[in-house]
Amino acid sequence: MRTTWLIARKELAAFFDSLIAYILLTVFLGLSGFFTWWYGDDVFLRGQADLTAFFNIAYWTLFFFIPALTMRTLAEERKSGTLDLLLTKAVTDWQVVSGKFLACLTLIAVALACSLPWYASVAWLGEMDHGAVWCGYLALLLMSGAYVAIGVYASSLTNNQIVAFLTALVIGLFFHLLFQTAAGTFTGVVGTVLEQLGMGVHFDSMSRGVVDSRDLLYFFSLMVLALTLAEMNLSKRLVRNA
Amino acid sequence: MDIRIEGLTKTYGAQRAVDAISFEVRPGEVLGFLGPNGAGKTTTMKMVCGLIAPDAGRIVVGGHDVLADPGAVRKRMGYLPESNPLYEDMPVLDFLRFVARLQGVPEEKITERIGEMVRACGLDAEKHKKIGQLSKGYRQRVGLAQAMVHDPEVLILDEPTTGLDPNQIVEIRALIKELGRAKTVIFSTHILPEVEAVCDRILIIDRGRIVADGDPASLRRQAQGREVVRACVEGGATEAVLAAIAALPGVEQVVPAGAELYDITCASTGRDVARALFALCAHWGWPITELRPLETRLEDIFRNLTLN
Repeated sequence: MRTTWLIARKELAAFFDSLIAYILLTVFLGLSGFFTWWYGDDVFLRGQADLTAFFNIAYWTLFFFIPALTMRTLAEERKSGTLDLLLTKAVTDWQVVSGKFLACLTLIAVALACSLPWYASVAWLGEMDHGAVWCGYLALLLMSGAYVAIGVYASSLTNNQIVAFLTALVIGLFFHLLFQTAAGTFTGVVGTVLEQLGMGVHFDSMSRGVVDSRDLLYFFSLMVLALTLAEMNLSKRLVRNA
Repeated sequence: MDIRIEGLTKTYGAQRAVDAISFEVRPGEVLGFLGPNGAGKTTTMKMVCGLIAPDAGRIVVGGHDVLADPGAVRKRMGYLPESNPLYEDMPVLDFLRFVARLQGVPEEKITERIGEMVRACGLDAEKHKKIGQLSKGYRQRVGLAQAMVHDPEVLILDEPTTGLDPNQIVEIRALIKELGRAKTVIFSTHILPEVEAVCDRILIIDRGRIVADGDPASLRRQAQGREVVRACVEGGATEAVLAAIAALPGVEQVVPAGAELYDITCASTGRDVARALFALCAHWGWPITELRPLETRLEDIFRNLTLN
């Protein structure tokens, strides 16, 4: 865990050094703030003291932002050759992959934490279901974890950051939209399976304040699966050709 | 720590980059790895570091199999890749600290080790700069420092003096030679005098196969066959001198090599021929102004072995 955290810290420092972190925080807070307080189905239009508007916009904003954050993680290192440097140190492939994952997720967690003043403001405006809000934040964090893991996997496939970004976005699109859309056209088991594969049903369930073990299992399974695939991609170099 | 390589093979598509090579490197030995571009040097080094797997064969470093027990090997090994990739956005000191921590240097010793590396690699004036701001020579020094910061027992250096100025090259060669007394060092280079200056042993590889293995002197002997002595004999007609030398015992062949210069191929030892030549010239009153064994240059050996 120490080595994983070392890699994550280095990665986080790189985010803040290269302005990526500041841009992400500014644009995320700007966009989600605009739609939460000012435009469309905002807090004042809803007339309810809740953060549904924020969770809805964050659900989409993070979907686009996370691939932009994760695309460089392994692709850039592979292109510059620093991945070779890292992999000849006393680290395992899993530590490299999980270090990158942890760094990106920590940055997302910081972005979400920066939105807490809105929570305090809405709570000041009226009576709030605090449990539902915390569950909503947890759902956003878990969903981000799944997309970060997918992004790291996409980044492990190539040394081109644009390819990594688009691959992550396309894979993510299946979970974010396509499975759910397809579920509407099927009935029975296929429809249920497709619906359960989609992110929306699990996110909605949690953001309403219900923490179901099936939802937790879904998010954690996606994370573990994507990170394992990323690790396998890195480990390919150590497979003997027949 | 010794390095034992047995039947190492690596294929890329139809091309055999490394073809069943075997060799050993003993502790305290500096092995110079020579070969033309594409000969398989970097591929071999990457396999020794555990960065890529061989298709066949085995690498054992200090009793640990590189593939089966990579953690144990990597902690004791320092590697400088050929292209010297570095994290350009990190300051030199932060980067060395990061590598030292990854390599498991105890926290209380990290500052001391970094200080030693900064001094040994001449990085004092640049240590607070970001790596991306450094010149190529200084980046090469940072690459060397990161490879050595955890005081590894084995060093694998892929063209370590590339991009350094002549003063830096001399310093780094001296450093490698010094390190080689206690550590096992494999380093590749294209600069042949560098190999002679630093290495105890030379291994020449061509098209994935080892074509020569030995110390510089023995390689010369192998390449040269018979000993050749060059003599500068003043006075006397060339034909007369040639005939007189050819008649000496132990002389196989003598050929003119310029004005008053003669290359004498010895059937017996060069020392015996030199004595006979001295007596001959003293008898005829021909002064000898030069007499030295003619050595085959390493460049010639390299060309002979790798051009065919």
